[in-house]
Amino acid sequence: MDASQIIFFLSAALILVSALFVVTARNLVHAALWLIATLFGVAVLYVLLEAGFLAVVQVVVYIGAIAILFIFAVMLTRRDLLSQSSQTNANWPVALGVSALSLAAIAFIARGFGFSLDRPLAPVPTDSLERLGQALVSPQQFVLPFEVASVLLVAALVGAVYVAMNKK
Amino acid sequence: MNFWTDPIKVIYDWLMITLTGWGMSGWLADVLINLLGIIVLITAAMVLDILLVWVERKVVARFQDRLGPNRVGPFGLFQPFPDIIKLIIKEDITPAGADKVVFNLAPILSLASVIFLWAVIPLAANVYGVDLNVALLYLVAAGAIGTLSIIMAGWASNNKYALLGAYRMVAVMISYEIPMIVALLIPTLLAGTMSMKGITLAQQDGLWFVVLSPLGMLLFLVAAIAELGRAPFDLSEGESEIVSGFHIEYSGMKFGLFYAGELLHAFTFGAFVGILFFGGWNWPLPWGDKYPLIGIFNVLAKGMFFYWVIMWVKYTVPRLRIDHMLAFNWKFLTPLAFALLIVTAVVHAIFKDLPLWAYGLAMFLSNILLGWAVLEILRSNARQERAAEETPAPAAQH
Repeated sequence: MDASQIIFFLSAALILVSALFVVTARNLVHAALWLIATLFGVAVLYVLLEAGFLAVVQVVVYIGAIAILFIFAVMLTRRDLLSQSSQTNANWPVALGVSALSLAAIAFIARGFGFSLDRPLAPVPTDSLERLGQALVSPQQFVLPFEVASVLLVAALVGAVYVAMNKK
Repeated sequence: MNFWTDPIKVIYDWLMITLTGWGMSGWLADVLINLLGIIVLITAAMVLDILLVWVERKVVARFQDRLGPNRVGPFGLFQPFPDIIKLIIKEDITPAGADKVVFNLAPILSLASVIFLWAVIPLAANVYGVDLNVALLYLVAAGAIGTLSIIMAGWASNNKYALLGAYRMVAVMISYEIPMIVALLIPTLLAGTMSMKGITLAQQDGLWFVVLSPLGMLLFLVAAIAELGRAPFDLSEGESEIVSGFHIEYSGMKFGLFYAGELLHAFTFGAFVGILFFGGWNWPLPWGDKYPLIGIFNVLAKGMFFYWVIMWVKYTVPRLRIDHMLAFNWKFLTPLAFALLIVTAVVHAIFKDLPLWAYGLAMFLSNILLGWAVLEILRSNARQERAAEETPAPAAQH
C-alpha cells in the first residue's frame, strides 16, 4: 500500500458516496453539488492515471461550465419542486432489473481481464500534451472530427446570436 | 550543490535522512515531507496575506488623500492584527433559513481556490510546488472552483441580495473567462509550453513576452481584474444597490476568509502577470536564475507591483453597469483576443527563424498595428453613434 493507493481508495469512496447522494438528495441544488463532488473525484482519478490534461479539462468543463449551468437552471426553478413528491415512479422494478443486468454484464466482462499487480505499468510519454495537440490537427488522426466539432460549436453560437438578436 | 543554489533539495535530503534515520519507511517520509512543504507554502501565503491587508488599506488611503492606519505599530504596520482579533471574536451568525453546510463550505472553497493557484507558481528556478505541463489550464480550473464558491454562498445565504450578487458575479466570471483563456494562449504559443517554468525559461533565453505581445498582457490584466471581481468590475458587491452582494450574510471570520481570499487572489494574479509577461524570477535583481532567494524576491516584487496596478485601477475607475460590462466583454475583448491570437500565431510562424531583434520588432509592431486598428474602428463607431444620437436632438428641443 502506498500513497497513490490511499488516494485512489479515498477518491473512489468520494465518487461512490457522492454519486449515491446525487440520486437520493431531495434538494435539487444539493444533488447538483453532490454531482460536482463526483466529477471532482473523477478528476482525481485522472491525475492518478497520469492524465493531467484530462483532469484539468474535467474540472474546467464539468465543474466550471456544466455544473454551474445546472445550478443556474435549478435555481431558476421553484425551490420546493421535489421536496414533497416521491422520488420514484411506477417503473422502478424495471429500472432495477435493467441496472442489475448491466452490472452483471460489466462484472462478466471485467472477470475476463485478469487484473493483477504483476503486469508492468504502461509507459507514460513525457510529451503527452504535445502528442495530443498534434493528433488533433494531423490529417492521419483526428483533424476531421476536430473540425466537425468546431463547425457544430459555430452553428450553436450562430443559433444563439440569432435567437437573441433584436429584430428591427 | 549547496543551500544557496538549491534550497528545496538540500532541505528535502536532510529531512529524508533524519526521518529514515528514525526508522520511517521511505515512501512515508516522502509523503510527510511533501505535506510539510505544502503546509509551509500555504502558511507563507497566508502570512503574506496579513501584510496585504495593510498594503491595501494604506494604498487606498493614499489614493483617497487620507493617511490610512497609522496608530498600531510603525506606519500602522500591525493594524491587521487588531482586525483579525475583531473578526475572530465577532459573533458568528448563520441566518435562519440558510443552508448550513453549503453556507459554511462556501468561504472555505473561496479561499481554497486561491491557495490552489500557489501550487503552480514558480517562485524561482527550482522552488515551486509542481511544474505542471498544463499549469495555465490549471489556473482556469482553480478559477472555476472560485465561481462555484460564490454561487454556493449566494444561494445558501437565503437572501435575495446575495443571490443577485452571485448571479452577477457568475455571469461576469463565465464571460471574462473566454478572453482570459485566449490571452493565456499567447504565452503558451510563444513559449511552446503551458508550464509556468517553461514560460519563464523561454523569456530568460529570449525577450519578455510583454515586448512580444503588449496587447496580450493588457488583455490578460483586464480579464484578470474582472475575474477577481474588483472595481471597475465589482458590481457583484454594489454597495449602493445590493449591499455587498454574495457575502452580505457572512460575519466574523467567514467574511474574513472571503476578504483574505480576494486580496490574495489579486496578489496572485499580479504574480501571474509578472511570470507570464515580465520574465518571472529574472528581474529587477540579477542572478535570480542561479540563487533562488533572489528569484523569490523578484517574483514577489513583481507580484506586489501588479497588485498595486490592480489597486490603482480599482480606486481610479468607477463601477460599470452590468450591460456595459458584458457588452465590453463580448463585443470588444473577446473579438480582440481572437484577432490577437490569430495575428500572433501568423507573425510568430513567419518570423520565428529571424534574429531575435527582428523577430521581436515584428511581433511588437504587429501588436501596435492591431491596437491602432482597433482604436480607429472604435473611434469611427463612437462617431457614428454620436451622430445618430445628435440628429433628432434639435426636433426634441422645440
